[in-house]
Amino acid sequence: MLELLKQPWPWYTSGIAIALIMVTLLYFGKSFGFSSNLRTMCTIAGAGKRVPFFDFDWRTQRWNLLFLTGSIIGGFVSATLLNSGAPLQLSAATIKDLSVLGIHFDGQLNPGQLFSVDALSVKNVLLMLTGGMLVGFGSRYAGGCTSGHAISGLSNLQLPSLVAVIGFFIGGLIMTHLLLPLIF
Amino acid sequence: MKGLKFILAGIVFGITMAKSEAISWYRIQEMFRFQSFHMYGIIGTAVVLGTLFVFLIKRFHIRDSQGNPITLPDKDKSWTKYILGGLIFGLGWALTGACPGPMFVNIGYGFVTMIIVVIGALGGTYLYGLVRNRLPH
Repeated sequence: MLELLKQPWPWYTSGIAIALIMVTLLYFGKSFGFSSNLRTMCTIAGAGKRVPFFDFDWRTQRWNLLFLTGSIIGGFVSATLLNSGAPLQLSAATIKDLSVLGIHFDGQLNPGQLFSVDALSVKNVLLMLTGGMLVGFGSRYAGGCTSGHAISGLSNLQLPSLVAVIGFFIGGLIMTHLLLPLIF
Repeated sequence: MKGLKFILAGIVFGITMAKSEAISWYRIQEMFRFQSFHMYGIIGTAVVLGTLFVFLIKRFHIRDSQGNPITLPDKDKSWTKYILGGLIFGLGWALTGACPGPMFVNIGYGFVTMIIVVIGALGGTYLYGLVRNRLPH
């Protein structure tokens, strides 16, 4: 069993697990949406004193912070106990496209030349901060992220969520095809 | 402990995202270049199955663990905030390769520099709270 779990999981296993997590949270009376945690963290840091948007009882989101804590532990378990050591099987076309941008495929989950501690540079830090800001700003503006809109919203046949997901893709395509060649 | 079930659900989520490589910057690039079915398969399976579950919950008036009816609130009817917010989100998703969940799973996985991405995301969330009254929704 452990050997099986150690292998990279096929997409259908992952999709089934994500749907089950969403329905489990519904059964516990909660709604699956990860980016709400970012707002909660701002509130805990005291943002509610200055900005009304953050003035709410964060304890109602305590469960979500515990879910977040669990997700960090899950990442750690995957990197240790469940690590097969096998390199990521990225498509040859993507490897080729990235090499044109000067990004070398190293078989890890994320490129070391962008995300490793050794590669920390002013440029990489600025890219990570900027990218994070776009994700944080955009998810609150749109009222949710991939979990809240693409999974919870689409499963409830919400047209606004479909619009948001289309927005995610337009933004992603602009970054990938128009901006990344200028950045790298 | 009352909150343990949420930690456990989070652990399953983290393992799922990491082991299916949905937290991978490379996989997100592959998705936005339409060079693999992998990410579409993950999201597609989750949505199809999720839709079925939500339909069954509504059809049979399933109650939650507290005995309350499970309700799924409708999203506000608007377009501007979803398309603009979504677009901004997408720009960041393709740049960092991580949406909010995977940022944290990556930190647990050992990509500690993702903390910088999280700091950026907290800054972006705060900035939205500051200017939201001046934005079209």
